[in-house]
Amino acid sequence: MSAVLARAPARSLAIALDKVSHAFNLRGSPLPVLQDIDLHVAAGEFVALLGPSGCGKSTLLRLVAGLETPTQGEISADGRVIEAPDPSRILVFQDPTLFPWATVWRNAATGLAARGVLERERGRVDEALELVGLTAFARAYPHQLSGGMAQRAALARALVNDPALLLLDEPLGKLDSLTRLTLQGELLSLWRAKGFTAILVTHDVEEAVLLSSRVVVLSERPARIQREFVVAAPYPRHRDDPELVSLRREILASLGLPT
Amino acid sequence: MSQATELLAPVAPSRARAFGRPIWTAGLAAAAAWAATAAVTRALPNVVAFGSDDLFAGLTGFGAVGFLTLAFAAPRSGRVRETLDYYGPWFIAVGVWLALWEFTTAKTGWLPKPFFSAPTGLLHVYVTDGDRLLYCIAYSARLWALGFGLGAVIGYVAGVALGWSKPFAYWGMPILKLIGPVPATAWIPVTFFFFPTTFDASVFIVALASGIPITILTSSGVAAVDRAYYDVGRNLGATSWYLISRIAIPSALPHTFVGLFMGLYYSVAVLVVAEMLGAKYGLGWYIQFQTNYSGYANVYATIVIMAFICAGLVKLLFVVRDRLLGWQKGFI
Repeated sequence: MSAVLARAPARSLAIALDKVSHAFNLRGSPLPVLQDIDLHVAAGEFVALLGPSGCGKSTLLRLVAGLETPTQGEISADGRVIEAPDPSRILVFQDPTLFPWATVWRNAATGLAARGVLERERGRVDEALELVGLTAFARAYPHQLSGGMAQRAALARALVNDPALLLLDEPLGKLDSLTRLTLQGELLSLWRAKGFTAILVTHDVEEAVLLSSRVVVLSERPARIQREFVVAAPYPRHRDDPELVSLRREILASLGLPT
Repeated sequence: MSQATELLAPVAPSRARAFGRPIWTAGLAAAAAWAATAAVTRALPNVVAFGSDDLFAGLTGFGAVGFLTLAFAAPRSGRVRETLDYYGPWFIAVGVWLALWEFTTAKTGWLPKPFFSAPTGLLHVYVTDGDRLLYCIAYSARLWALGFGLGAVIGYVAGVALGWSKPFAYWGMPILKLIGPVPATAWIPVTFFFFPTTFDASVFIVALASGIPITILTSSGVAAVDRAYYDVGRNLGATSWYLISRIAIPSALPHTFVGLFMGLYYSVAVLVVAEMLGAKYGLGWYIQFQTNYSGYANVYATIVIMAFICAGLVKLLFVVRDRLLGWQKGFI
């Protein structure tokens, strides 16, 4: 595992959202979901987005991925405006969204196959599966995997493309709490080893504080940036670190929740 | 693990006693039933003659000997034995059925000619008219293969196009919704007029009957693909062609197979009607032709052939489906 990590090139993107607003068209009338979002994420940074349910966090990730274009404002990666999806910026969903008709190996290989480079770079698929510990399940089908394994496979499918930006849309949201703790650790070590930029949407304040270097709190829909918290504690972090515990309390309070 | 084997150990021998019987008793009963059929055929005088008595008695007698041998020689356990045990009651029932059938028709005339036929009568048809039946089978098979093949290919391509492309759906769906429910048989008279030969017309009708359900089901399958799969594909750099061929098509495959099964049933139904109306050969034509001459034994003999062919085609499609949709096992 460490050998694979060691020779991965350090690649990351700086992301800038300038006055980004977005609205959905709901039966003819616009439903605003994001309002005047100004957010700059430095290359290699790990930013967590927190906010009430349905506030537009997922939409924000879809915009940065390029799957949708904002109705107003501009999003750029390393200074270039994002207009279309690109394999350098990969979105990992809450559901693993693996193709049920393909094996784990085939699923992980999707990006390479889609770009027609699979034959030349088959080894990358094996490496990614090794990285997430699914080598033994390469020939299994998604319905044979547990929730945690499926999410690992989805992570492998992203990592095969050596993304410079990983957009994580509550990737651990549906997992049981033990699997969740394990995968938090794995996600963190991947980020530290590979050096990509990461933006994580989560509902779990503890997860945000444990993983990210900055926590951005969004308001109710239409979402605006309400507050930002810098998490200065060095890695590896410990859940019981008093500094993190008090920061967690502060963030919960800013979300209007009892601490 | 070792605990589990300890628990199983005392159970295993009693199981072996229960299932590892030395004699396959159902085989004895089946042998008796089949021997009775042979005896009824051979020993009792015919009230109505159907022909091929000796051959029928010989075949059923041969069957009886076979069951008798198996009753003593069958393996005590294993796959073969399980199959024999499972189908034992059926072997007996078929023997009883054949004996009663022969008795009520040829031997007593309780079920009169020409509307009823004896099993010997059906056998006699295969013996005396086998060549013509084989020719008819080949003729129907050619018509079916061409019609169903064309219908499946065109219907599938049309279904993918309708499910994927908005302009195609805009122009195509209303037409499909209007034409689709019309029974394909309604087109038979006009197509016989438009096509140069009745064979071409029949191919068209069979293709239409099988193509429409395949189109409808495939298009709905492609249209119902989870949008998240496309998001994944687009995010990973997929072209439109990749989205269609590697995401839309495999995702819609379960629907497509429902369409293929429906198309299979419709195609055979329409094929028989088309052959009855205007063909020079084929199983449908043969039924029609023999009915005109009160050859009901021939009609029954043909229906038996059709039953085996259709069941075989359905089975074949199931095998193909299970191979291609093995990944679905967790869902169904």
